[in-house]
Amino acid sequence: MKRRLLARGGLWLWVWAVLAFLFGPIITIVIFSFDRSNIETLPIRSWTLSWYQVAWHDEQVRQAFVLSIKAACAATVLALLLGSLAAFGVHRARFFGRDTVSLLLVLPIALPGIITGVALNSTFQWAGISLSIWTIIIGHTTFCIVVVYNNVVARLRRTSATLFEASADLGASTSQTFRFVTLPLIATALVSGGLLAFALSFDEVIVTTFTAGAQNTLPIWIFGAIRLGQQLPEVNVVVTAVVVLMLIPIIIAARLTGRDTFSASSTRAPTN
Amino acid sequence: MFLGIRRGTRGRVAIALATLSLTSMGVTAITTGAGASSGLTPPTAGMKAQTSIGKGEGKLNLIAWEGYAQPQWVKPFEQQTGCVVNTKYAGSSGEMVSLMANGGGGQYDLVSASGDADLRLIYGGDVKPVNVKLIPSWKQLRPFLQSPSFNTIKGVHYGVSLQFGPNVLLYSTTTFKTAPTSWSVIYSKKYKGKVKVTVPNNPIQIADAALYLSKSKPSLGVTDPYELTQTQFSAAVALLTAQKPLIAKYWNLASDEINLFTSGTAVVGAAWPYQTTTLKAAHVKVEETIPSQGATGWADSWLLAKNAPDPNCAYDWMKYITTPQVQAEQAVYYGETPDNSLACPLMNKLQAGSCNAYHANEPDSYFKSIKFWKTPLSTCDNGKTDCIPYSEWTNAWTQITG
Amino acid sequence: MDPDNGVSTLEPATSGGTKSLRSSALSHRWGTAFLLTPPLLWFFVLYVSSLVLMLITAFWSLNGFTGNVTHQLTGANFHQIASGSYPAIIGRTVLLAALVTVTDAIIAFPFAYVMARVATQRAQRLLLVAVLLPLWASYLAKIYAWISILERGGALNWTFQHLGLPSPNLGFTNGAMWLTFSYIWLPYMIVPLFGALERIPGSLLDASSDLGASSWWTFRHVIVPLALPGLVAGSIFTFSLTLGDYVTPLLVGGANSTLIGNAIYQNLLDGGNLPLAAALSTVPIAIMVAYLLVAKRFGAFESL
Repeated sequence: MKRRLLARGGLWLWVWAVLAFLFGPIITIVIFSFDRSNIETLPIRSWTLSWYQVAWHDEQVRQAFVLSIKAACAATVLALLLGSLAAFGVHRARFFGRDTVSLLLVLPIALPGIITGVALNSTFQWAGISLSIWTIIIGHTTFCIVVVYNNVVARLRRTSATLFEASADLGASTSQTFRFVTLPLIATALVSGGLLAFALSFDEVIVTTFTAGAQNTLPIWIFGAIRLGQQLPEVNVVVTAVVVLMLIPIIIAARLTGRDTFSASSTRAPTN
Repeated sequence: MFLGIRRGTRGRVAIALATLSLTSMGVTAITTGAGASSGLTPPTAGMKAQTSIGKGEGKLNLIAWEGYAQPQWVKPFEQQTGCVVNTKYAGSSGEMVSLMANGGGGQYDLVSASGDADLRLIYGGDVKPVNVKLIPSWKQLRPFLQSPSFNTIKGVHYGVSLQFGPNVLLYSTTTFKTAPTSWSVIYSKKYKGKVKVTVPNNPIQIADAALYLSKSKPSLGVTDPYELTQTQFSAAVALLTAQKPLIAKYWNLASDEINLFTSGTAVVGAAWPYQTTTLKAAHVKVEETIPSQGATGWADSWLLAKNAPDPNCAYDWMKYITTPQVQAEQAVYYGETPDNSLACPLMNKLQAGSCNAYHANEPDSYFKSIKFWKTPLSTCDNGKTDCIPYSEWTNAWTQITG
Repeated sequence: MDPDNGVSTLEPATSGGTKSLRSSALSHRWGTAFLLTPPLLWFFVLYVSSLVLMLITAFWSLNGFTGNVTHQLTGANFHQIASGSYPAIIGRTVLLAALVTVTDAIIAFPFAYVMARVATQRAQRLLLVAVLLPLWASYLAKIYAWISILERGGALNWTFQHLGLPSPNLGFTNGAMWLTFSYIWLPYMIVPLFGALERIPGSLLDASSDLGASSWWTFRHVIVPLALPGLVAGSIFTFSLTLGDYVTPLLVGGANSTLIGNAIYQNLLDGGNLPLAAALSTVPIAIMVAYLLVAKRFGAFESL
């Protein structure tokens, strides 16, 4: 019993250490957003709120933020659709090409973004498609599919096929099985896959450079601002604001996931 | 090589990239032929430049270096002309060339290319002739920048010169009490373990090494650091390979180098005047100098995209950006030298002493001492074909830094 | 009872070998085709076709004289990447990707375990938010934060000095790269691992302990095998994202930090040497093929 308590204590200690690791750099970013100097060194000599004012009035930042959100939303929806279709297909399939599909989907993130970016750019140019928000979405969807796919396929591997069979045996239609059995089972995987996909899209620079038109996404703006270092504190302000803003959708998603966990565990019972 | 290293690499050699899409799509590649000296005609040379500036299209899409389209001078332009400016910041010359594929793809109007990318764009057929008569301030540009060989071929202009600057030797005054007089401080083994060096992560550094060798090893016979025979090239590569133990980091962004000097990770290295002024403003003890061997440098131009959707706004921009006042603003913001010879007093009004600091009042002899970047081609200027082309420079650089 | 057997019988084979499905093998096959067509179509039309056309050039060469791509089959590019510094660059990249993956797996496992099995519902949600939130702080800004933490005079050295320890001076080294990568991709390991651990039926663990298995035995023979799909899913992200990245080495790396991505970028965009860049690009592809084969060998895909 004592050993068990000790093990629990150790685990929680680990959790706290990991949290410190995860948030150390974030806190650094927040702190430097109040630094008057645009060179990040400690100790901070002079504190200021002026960068917040600069960022608030920066029209480029607003436009970039809106474009990023739009592109990430669309790419996530498409990736959710295509990624889960691929996951279901691969899960059902027993053919030699199964691993090929897995490899194919993982390629856009395994290859340097520059390759994906230049390859897509060439295709768009060749096909006469002018670069716009749509080409950004196409590029992002391409590398976001794998995120959804991997999450869903891992979930399906852990799910018993008997569940779907039982549903069918009990006379449920395909759509009923999907609605009442499949969807609840994979819901959490979809939510987490969708969030990761959204994050990946929202933060992507390299592929976007080659698939975006003249309008900048937020990471592209950030990259520009970082290059010369003049606007580094403004970048920190923007990042801080985005993190705070994103708390809301993430908390909602986490709540959804939690509720689904609950309902999923009730469907879990019959398996055993 | 990337991001901050704006002036990388030109290399008409690399036109292959602009057309790589086409090549790989099975479309015939544009023949690039030899360099400017060979008498090859750019594909768009026959296009007629417009003879007047019509009504603005209401927008203008730029590909630019970060800091080249700041609100201070973009806002007034937008108000004057009604052209709303969208700017895409590129991380390297390679990126610029890539983004300009297909004449700007019907998307972009102008690109603020460095001398190294210019010929790639011109011979790649991505930019078109510009009528400098429509740009009144063109006459005020320094004579050697009115029709320089990097943006003007056989009297045809493909853009208008913008700003330029030297690659200086930046050093910490805590480590070096007196200014180093030779580039040897970043190469010599005798400093091993004593100083940490940083140089740009950029294949064009091979030219810097060659420039140094032209003075320290005259027997090699280096006359032009961008035209190297195999022996000269190997010597430069060997020098850089031997330099590696001294290197703290090959810097990629201007802000990288600022970090390196602020933290003391590096105490000497190659830099732009921009880093010097930024570091000084942050009270870091540094100075810059041009050592006895001279220095390399960059020169940028606004080039007009072949398929520019907003040509009138593009001309309005070229007119505006070359005026003394705007030239001064950009020079002071970025820490570079304006091409307009009348900008000097205006610079001092913006920031006392800035004209002097950014060398805007130097005599022509100073500018001649700077070896402006140009594409290493296999055809040397003397017509021989034993020079090492740029693709081999990048490959060698990857090997040196890898 | 053979424990391994016990576990696997709880997870009936998903081979579709049951009667109801076998009777409709044809419709099953059509269904599969129906599911796979949209994503594969997307991939082939938009991505693979352009990628293949680009990579074909790996077998062509760059004419040093004209700078044009010569359409003549040659193995010269592959010969080139097998010589000079390229093998070292490739080795460094693979080693780093593997190190980052192992590090993330070690960091993530206990964390995900607590999230999934120990924490209360409320704590679980909070932890999930905590894992996801850093994903929204720009990747570039996080790298910059790491630079300021690791460099001389940075937060890390400062802490060590005040603890009376020697300064680690991690700034601009391969160690900094390893740390930054491990940090940036960590959520991509935690989330799928959490998903897998969360789905382990609690009754299974009870059964294991009821049958007298020690906690360690349960961990080793029940939890780890059942978490394996999540671990593999996560490792695919950490491994391949490291393999393809080239911004991190540029910013936090030192003088010996060139990765495959950097070599590709340099040869492709700066040098315009498309054939050599294409040849280099086949390396990450080959590595991912090998990686997936190894994962398969370990039974990560099939045993569950």
